[in-house]
Order: sequence, then C-alpha cells, then structure tokens
Amino acid sequence: MTTVIAATGVGTATASRAGVEIRLENLRRRYGAVTALDGLSLTLAPGELVALLGPSGCGKTTALRLLAGLEEADGGRVVIGGHDVTGLPANKRDTGMVFQAYSLFPHMTAWENVAFGLQMRKIGAADRRRRAVETLELVGLAGFANRYAHQMSGGQQQRVALARALAIRPKVLLLDEPLSALDAKVRVRLRDEIRRVQLEVGITTMFVTHDQEEALAIADRVGVMQSGRLEQIGPPTAIYGRPATPFVAEFVGLTNRLAGVVRGGSVEVRGTRIPLVQPDVPDGPAVALIRPEAVTLTSGADTSTGPLVGTVIATAFLGATSRVTVDLGDVRVLAQLATSDAASAPAGTRVQLTLRADPVLIARETSGATPA
Amino acid sequence: MSRNRRLKLQIFRVAVFLVLGAFFLVPIGAMFEFSTRGVTEEAPRTLNAWLTIAQTPDLVAAIFASLALAVLTSLGMLLLLVPTMIWVRLRLPHLSRVIEFLCLLPLTIPAIVLVAGLAPIYLWMNLNISDSILTLAFVYLILVLPYAYRALYTGLAAIDVKTLAEAARSLGANWGTVMLRVIVPNMSVAILNACLLSVAVVLGEFTIANLLNYVNLQVAIALLGRANATVSIAVAVASLMFAFILLVILSFFGRPRTRVEPEPGIPFPGLTAGGPR
Repeated sequence: MTTVIAATGVGTATASRAGVEIRLENLRRRYGAVTALDGLSLTLAPGELVALLGPSGCGKTTALRLLAGLEEADGGRVVIGGHDVTGLPANKRDTGMVFQAYSLFPHMTAWENVAFGLQMRKIGAADRRRRAVETLELVGLAGFANRYAHQMSGGQQQRVALARALAIRPKVLLLDEPLSALDAKVRVRLRDEIRRVQLEVGITTMFVTHDQEEALAIADRVGVMQSGRLEQIGPPTAIYGRPATPFVAEFVGLTNRLAGVVRGGSVEVRGTRIPLVQPDVPDGPAVALIRPEAVTLTSGADTSTGPLVGTVIATAFLGATSRVTVDLGDVRVLAQLATSDAASAPAGTRVQLTLRADPVLIARETSGATPA
Repeated sequence: MSRNRRLKLQIFRVAVFLVLGAFFLVPIGAMFEFSTRGVTEEAPRTLNAWLTIAQTPDLVAAIFASLALAVLTSLGMLLLLVPTMIWVRLRLPHLSRVIEFLCLLPLTIPAIVLVAGLAPIYLWMNLNISDSILTLAFVYLILVLPYAYRALYTGLAAIDVKTLAEAARSLGANWGTVMLRVIVPNMSVAILNACLLSVAVVLGEFTIANLLNYVNLQVAIALLGRANATVSIAVAVASLMFAFILLVILSFFGRPRTRVEPEPGIPFPGLTAGGPR
C-alpha cells in the first residue's frame, strides 16, 4: 500500500518508527465454555489498516485485546515487528489504543492526557510539551488543549484519545470501535479523520467494528469474523463483491435469498440463469444470495404474469439511491436503484424484475428464502 | 407552576430548613449555654470551662490521642481498602462479594463482642509490643471498614475503572501508576468521605477504649463529666464543631473544580505552567 508521509513534525517523526508487520498466529482464547477465538491467524503488512468486522461475540474485540496485551491468550503467538510479545504485559508492548468508551482521564486536560504516555516513557518536559502540541494539531484540536473531557464533545474526546495513542509513537495502533458512541454525522467525519491521520503517520493499524459501512470505508483490508474464526479477509471490494461464504455475503451488505436450482455450474432462479462464484457446487436445490444492486426493475411493460413480476410495496430513500421492496407473492425482493429510476415505480406499481448475471454464492437450505 | 404554588413551596422549604436547623442547633446551643454557666445561678456567664480544656493535661492528651488515632486509622483504612478495592474491581471481580461481606461484617458485631475477642490479643500486645493507646488503631480500623467501604465503593462505581486502567496500561503505566495517577485522583471525593467517616467514628468511640482501659477523647469526657460537668460539655461541643468543620472542608473539596477556558488566540494557556509532572 502507499503511505503518505506528511510534512508535519509528528508525521515525519512517527513515520521513522511506524509501519511494522504484525502477526497473530493461531490465537486461541476461551471464557469458560465459550470459545472466543478459535485459532485466529492474521498478518498485517507494515502501515496497513485492517478492519475486523463481525457480529457481537465473534471474537474481534478479543483479538484486539490479545494484541494489546490486555488479555492473555490460551495459545498462539503475537508477533509485532518480528518480536514475540505474547508474554509481555500491556504496558511493555508499545501499542496505542483508542477505546469504545470515552477513556480520557477526567482529572487531566486534553494535553495532559496526551502527555501522559510520554511521561511514562520518561521523555523530558520540553520534548513532552512539543510532542503533545504537535499531536493535538495533527488531530485538529490545537485550540482544545486546556479543556477537560467533560468540556468536549464525544467526537473531540475521541480525537484527543487518538492523539494520546499516537503521541507515544507506538508500533501499532489499535482502535476498538472508537466511533460507536458517536452520532452518525460525527462518526463519518471522524472516520475519515482517523484514516487521514493513519495514512499521514503510516502506522500499522487494527480497527475493530461491527459497522460494515465503517469497515468497508476505512480499511485496506477487511476481515470478517464469525465464532472466533476469520471467515474471509480481503480488500473491501472483494469482501462485498466476491464474498467467500454465505455468512460473509449475508453479513456484509444486504442480500436477497431466492430459491433456485443448481445445474452445471450455474443456478437457475425464477427463469434466470446466474453463474456461481464457486462452480463446483453439486447440482440440486439451493438458495441464491443476490445483492439488491443486481436487481433492476421495469414498469409499464408486460407486468401481468411471470416469475419475476410483482408489486412495489415500499421505497426507502437513501440519497442518490433508493431501496425498493417488491412483493413477488411468495417472496419479497430488494432492489437498489438510482433514486430517479425508483421514483418511476411508487408503491402499488406492478413491475418486472431482472436479475443481473453477476456470479452469486448459494446456500444449501431452501426454506425461508426471503431478503436477508 | 403558578406563583402561588411557588410561594407555598418556598415557605415549605424554609420551614423544613428551620425545623431541621433547630433540631440540630438547639441541643448544641443548650450544651454551649450550659458550658458557659457560672458556679451559681446568679453568677455571670464565663468561658472558664472552655479555658480549662487547655489546662487539663489528661484531657489534652486524650484529645491528641484521639486525633492521632483518627489519622492513623484513616491512613490504615486508605492503605488497606483503596488498593484492595481497585485491584478486586480490575482483576478479581469474582471476589467483590467476599470483600463486601468481610467489610460489612463489623456492623453486625457489637463492640462488646469485639472487645471480648480482642481483649486477649491486646493483653499480649501490651506485654510484648506496646501498651500505647495508638494500638487502638487496629481495632478502629475494623470498626470503620463498613463505612469506608461504602464510601469508596460509591466513588469507584462512579468511574469506568476498567477502561481508565486499560488506557493507562496501554500508554505504558505500571499498576502503581495506574492506581496513584489515574484511579485515585478520580475518586478523591470518595476518599475524603471515607476519611471523614473514619475520623467521625474514631472521635466518637467510647465503648472499646473504655473496656480496654484506654483514655481517648470520649472516655476523658465521661471521666471529666463526673468531676466537672461544664468542662466535659465544652469538650463535647468542641468535638462537634470539629466534625462540622471537617464537613465544610469536605463539601469545599467536593465541588466541581473551576476550569480554565482556553482564550481565543492562546490555544495552550496551561502549557505555560510546565505540563504534567
């Protein structure tokens, strides 16, 4: 990946240490009878931002905490920059972390928070002051240095927390759902801010989230986790466009589940033949997982009968696009269209659907074939 | 809310304030009045009883002993409870019920029973270690545990101890630094509360000291009451005033700190102070 080094003091200074490789090797962790991590192996390239995505309890936060040293693994290794840090406590690992909950020390001002980690590293007062100022400038909070946590908004607090984590020039930056407590607009702005800073500093970063939009927008690679295992890891486009498993297909983005029959490396869904992502699937009944973007609709033509003829029952306005729900009688199908196209088919309109022949994944169970 | 209703509410508040104020102040006023009486009914008011306090060596010694015990007990309580409670909350949460039970247990044990159990130990201590009244700090430490535990528990519950500790750890802080630099400053009001309660318990304690044959403030007041009632009442009023002053100090520390707002054009006013030390 390309790393942009900015001309700021922090960027230049940090980049000299940033960008180490991180390896998680066969990490295992159990809580009583619950397996949180089941042999997780993952390598982050120097300077890369990897987002771990998954539902609650999938093990993504556990992986992050094991990497930070906040919990001990039952088995496996954590290697940062070629050094095995598995046995090291959190305060010796050289990681910077931003937490989900607001974690600024309430009795310290913003710059005292940022300077805390530097003081722990026995950095002199003058240097400490300079670096705290530089890092607060990096996150755009130069004017808030003397404020306490309760005098700042949630977004500002998280930016100070980011500055605090970066000021110590850690080998790895860990972000544990840092945006989940913020409102939608601030979340998007801060998300972009985090990415800008991460690229500027060039630090290897692991970002944990349950928000797929966040993960797809910010990461170089996205790892989708389920039941303590990595289901798939790859660039956001691959995760969304070429999901490796039905779980990934259904967890990332919306998916229509339409009953069909697999025959000869393709699946026939309501009269439309669609190629398979994995053509070696045995023939037989199956459920095709079809993205709403692969569904288009026409109105005003012959919409009296047919397997893909139905009635628009709802339209959700999403800005440039709209999501239209069409009732085919036995199943409801989602179609994502340009808002101008969706406007021509208001609720109650009879429409003819067309399924684009993009390769699809299939699931084997045939019951409950509805939009996911 | 109508104006009439607001007025009624205001009158009710003032009435409650006056009644409660009278409830607390009338006995103290009566004690003060008694302590300033002359020898006969016709004799003028005098502060002799108050002046006598300083001239009664046994009483002064008892006052200093009780103050020393209050300080020792408070320090012992802080050293024992604060690290234990933080550690249990962070690392051993499954022990929190056990610790709570142990700390609240002294509430259910009458002082006389405690003394019955501790008497042989104190006898041994008197013979082999020291017979100083300051050894009472050990038993007082047990006495103040329930009150101090509750005060500290409330303070700990008010902050996200786990996240703050983990944030500090990830920044390179060891456990000692986490406790002293991060957790303790954020529960300062709870610590002050615990100390105040400990001081109040120690200054008001009579039974154990009396049964173990030590002369602390309350025992001295009781003894003095037999010989000179006005002086003993004067001392009682003085100790109440001391507790009152402590409460005022506590409420002063408990107020939110006034914060410096950054002025436009001066982004880092605090930096001129030199930063965190």
